[in-house]
Amino acid sequence: MSATTQPMVQPPVAAPAMAAIERPGARVWRRFRHHPSALLGGTLVLAFVIVALGSPWLAPFDPAANDWMAIRQAPSAAHWLGTDDVGRDVLSRLLYGARASLYAGVLSVVIAFIIGVPFGLLAGYYGGLVDATISRVIEALLACPFLILAIAFSAFLGPSLTNAMIAIGIAASPMFARLTRGQVMAVKTEDYIEGARAVGASDLRIISRYILPNVFTPLLVQATLTIATAIIAEASLSFLGLGQQPPAPSWGSMLDTAKNFITQAPWMAVSPGVAIFIVVFGFNILGDGLRDALDPRET
Amino acid sequence: MFAFIFRRVLIAVPTLLLISLMVFSLQLLLPGDPALALAGEERDPAVIEAIREQYHLNDPMIVQYGHWLAGVFTGDWGISLRNQMAVTDLLLSKLPVTLELAILAMLVALAIGVTAGLVSAVKKGTRWDFGANVIALSGISIPNFWLGIMLILLVSVRWGLLPASGYTSPLESVSRNLEMMVMPALVLGTAIAAIMMRHTRSAMIQAMQADYVRTARAKGLSERVVILKHAFRNALVPVVTMGTLQFGELLSGAVLTEQVFTIPGFGKLIVDAVFNRDYAVVQGVVLFTGTVFIVMNFIADLLYFLLNPRLRT
Amino acid sequence: MRRFWKGSALALLSATTLFAHAASAQTLTIGLAEDPDQLDPDRARSYVGRIVFTGMCDKLVDLDDKLNIVPQLATEWSWNDDQTVLTMTLRDGVTFHDGTPFNAEAVKYNIERSLNLPGSNRRNEISAVDHVEVVDGHTVKLHLKQPFAPLLAALSDRAGMMISPKAAEEEGENFSRNPVCSGPFKFVDRVAQDKITLEKYAGYWNKDAIHLDRVIYRPIPDATVRLANLQSGQLDIIDRAATSDLKQIRDDSSLKLESAVSLGYSGITINTDHGPRADNPLGSDPRVREAFELSIDRNIINQVAYDGEFTPDNQPISTQSPFHAHSLKSPVRDVERAKALLKEAGVDRVSIDLMATNSPEVMRVAQIIQSMAGQAGFDVKVTATEFATMLDSYDRGDFQAGLLNWSGRADPDGNLYAFLTCDGTLNDGEYCNAKLDEQLNKARRTNDTAARHEAYEAAERILLTDRPIIYLYHPNWFWGLSKRVEGFKPYPDGMIRLTNVSLGS
Repeated sequence: MSATTQPMVQPPVAAPAMAAIERPGARVWRRFRHHPSALLGGTLVLAFVIVALGSPWLAPFDPAANDWMAIRQAPSAAHWLGTDDVGRDVLSRLLYGARASLYAGVLSVVIAFIIGVPFGLLAGYYGGLVDATISRVIEALLACPFLILAIAFSAFLGPSLTNAMIAIGIAASPMFARLTRGQVMAVKTEDYIEGARAVGASDLRIISRYILPNVFTPLLVQATLTIATAIIAEASLSFLGLGQQPPAPSWGSMLDTAKNFITQAPWMAVSPGVAIFIVVFGFNILGDGLRDALDPRET
Repeated sequence: MFAFIFRRVLIAVPTLLLISLMVFSLQLLLPGDPALALAGEERDPAVIEAIREQYHLNDPMIVQYGHWLAGVFTGDWGISLRNQMAVTDLLLSKLPVTLELAILAMLVALAIGVTAGLVSAVKKGTRWDFGANVIALSGISIPNFWLGIMLILLVSVRWGLLPASGYTSPLESVSRNLEMMVMPALVLGTAIAAIMMRHTRSAMIQAMQADYVRTARAKGLSERVVILKHAFRNALVPVVTMGTLQFGELLSGAVLTEQVFTIPGFGKLIVDAVFNRDYAVVQGVVLFTGTVFIVMNFIADLLYFLLNPRLRT
Repeated sequence: MRRFWKGSALALLSATTLFAHAASAQTLTIGLAEDPDQLDPDRARSYVGRIVFTGMCDKLVDLDDKLNIVPQLATEWSWNDDQTVLTMTLRDGVTFHDGTPFNAEAVKYNIERSLNLPGSNRRNEISAVDHVEVVDGHTVKLHLKQPFAPLLAALSDRAGMMISPKAAEEEGENFSRNPVCSGPFKFVDRVAQDKITLEKYAGYWNKDAIHLDRVIYRPIPDATVRLANLQSGQLDIIDRAATSDLKQIRDDSSLKLESAVSLGYSGITINTDHGPRADNPLGSDPRVREAFELSIDRNIINQVAYDGEFTPDNQPISTQSPFHAHSLKSPVRDVERAKALLKEAGVDRVSIDLMATNSPEVMRVAQIIQSMAGQAGFDVKVTATEFATMLDSYDRGDFQAGLLNWSGRADPDGNLYAFLTCDGTLNDGEYCNAKLDEQLNKARRTNDTAARHEAYEAAERILLTDRPIIYLYHPNWFWGLSKRVEGFKPYPDGMIRLTNVSLGS
């Protein structure tokens, strides 16, 4: 998007807009740093990203290597979290599974962003028939429950991690569209936009220079929270057999297998769930912290 | 008031049509032939052809859509390809199950959520507030289905307190029915409780800063009365609105919980239908839940309007 | 407030545990692994549906636990000399659940319905029947186009299930919503995905052997959950207990375990000639297929995936069948020989795309094959597919090799003919060998057991050389039962026969 070109050049009319994000930036960071739960969330998320990216070096075993002399073994010194139904190391699968979650969480939000934001901008900026049409589509999509929509899309696209991400992304896009639309409508009437229009700036320029930066912060909060939703959604789809396909590990598909051995090998079910919980908790708490830090109303 | 209702209904019509079109066009993406999926392990070509004929699967998409839409308006939502039952009958037979689960879950959510929200608003900024917040966030962050599995593991398998899963109609045995609904309702309720808690909290904080609360305090009323009688009553407006919206979500959002506890509600209906390529059922469920959602939205708006004295004048 | 919640939670808990075991003594509740499809014997397609039909619909003949054909609605039968006419004597005093009498006309109606109903899944099973002749009220003659030995076995299954002609005519397409047969239990109602309820039919011809008042079938797809419900007393019998749960059933003093080797099989279907995807060393060279088989240890699959509870075998015909060829043994895993064969075939490493359904169980088998075959020079890529999509891929020839299960039929013909003859309707790999067709046709044309045995053994020898399907094992059926259930007998066809079954205290 053109918003990223020359962000630091400040034309005179842009001053109010830039000021609106530049000066609070420092304040936001200060508030964020002093917000205990946001810091905790940030730490958890950072740890998660490091684990996901570093899994090839961190994992003690090959996550796909089965060992039929060691199936469904309880946690031990060799296998800290035990082994699964075909003798794979649960810890290694858990570490590699973080990748599927990270991948699904981030990419589906990117997809939702790419689909949702432009439509929201169009609807909010132009209003009238464009807005009415887009709003109906947004409403229609929002009326279909998120997970049902994701299940339908991923079933129709065929089960795979990529398709699950696309499905989650599509299902989450109306939220972004609606949020963007609302923000644009609120910002649109501000003086500096009127000013820009008065000096003859093009629509594209106004949107990319003045509107987008101003709606960006709530979108960032939304994105953080949606990553949390997307990670759960990916796990849910994989749990139903519609996401990550075996033998590649994903926390959801690990739980899908584990539920069959709940009495014989409960350790198979415990750790993936705890992992999902911690990561999703991290993203949620980070999103909350960001919102508090970014919200000018509350002190 | 009537103009408001009229406008909302008018907007709902194109939205519903859009939903139906969207749902219908999903078929185009689907790999796998429903007739083949239905023909089972025998896959007799003559049978497959007969199925295609019977369900108009050979017609162009747009003709199929017209067929279906015409049916929707006349109360014929099609027939499940798998078990030959009318989709409307299937929906109606699942509705009480999902409805009951939703109501029980909502009770759990209200009991936990509103209480926690109240506490954290009153004790804003204290450890209580922080603790309630963390619990609420945990509620949102725990994957439902995992919580369900863990509950089954502990409560049913280890302690043998409650049945692991399944469903008994309350008409058959009320106690058995409740016994089976406790865990699913708890699982679903905790997730909603978190949302309810946050809304209660912010509504309470706003209400407690309002003038009438200050006036009540100034009159020397006890803090307890101020909080419960004055602030809470006013904070209820957004809480009720939110509850209505969440209830709409609950009706369809129990997919995985129903899967884990094998409860034959909407969630199970649609998941099985997706796997069996039972289009008519998938379409029926999505259209129905979409409609319910829109209606709930409408009711929420209406409630907000009616409960809020400032808007009514 | 807090006290109130605590109090009511306790009250709820104690109330629920008190009433938990107050189920009616005469109601048998069976946990099924899937929800059946439509309840019309001619249109039905699922294995699980057959279990429900067994309680509801009597057949012309039945199977005993040794797979012999025994009387049910037909008391006697005989063939003419050239084996083209089957004469059946029908049981006296049998009525359908709606009171319609069962007679020769009803048989004629049913056979013709199976043959002519659009969408009938039974047509293929009895297509050898040319016409049905009503001799008198209780005698019927089935005239065949040519001799067809598997006919009686087909009549012991859904093709032989008799439905009320009156109900079938009146209900038409809706028959499956309210099926009317002549079995020990009649249909009461069905809540999709929840339960199917049957109740004792007072007019049943063999009612003295029926001790239950009601039977409820509950689909519970999750095996662990089925077992948990059996343990807590909500179910009396569970269908298809998971092998990993068997120890638990055996150790539980309130439960018992019954089992039987099934008539079905699981195997790797190889695309030998169906479209461009057959064009690979595995599809075109039998030596590569032999190497592939030699790289696999069936016992390890059985041990790892099924806790050693299934029956490893290299034949499509169940070990329970009188036609099983005991002389043909599974080869022992031989990685060196496999490598040598690959060299002989002029290939070094072979990559194989192995398609399998995405259920955890099947995936387990696929992954074990993957790592075993890997040691012999096969790079197996496992493609997990959803069941519906997988059927589509098989149909279009869009696969190299695939793990496929067949629920099995009583007559070997049902496990072989459609899958392997040149024009077979289920021949996904389009394997074609005239010599095999000849043997399988020979087995169809004679009722002589020794001659059929010989033909099937000859057919299997061809299969074990060509390997269009590499057979891996026969699943075993496992039923978990409450100790209260008496008179239950396991059958290789996996059906739950309710005659003589009762509930003790």
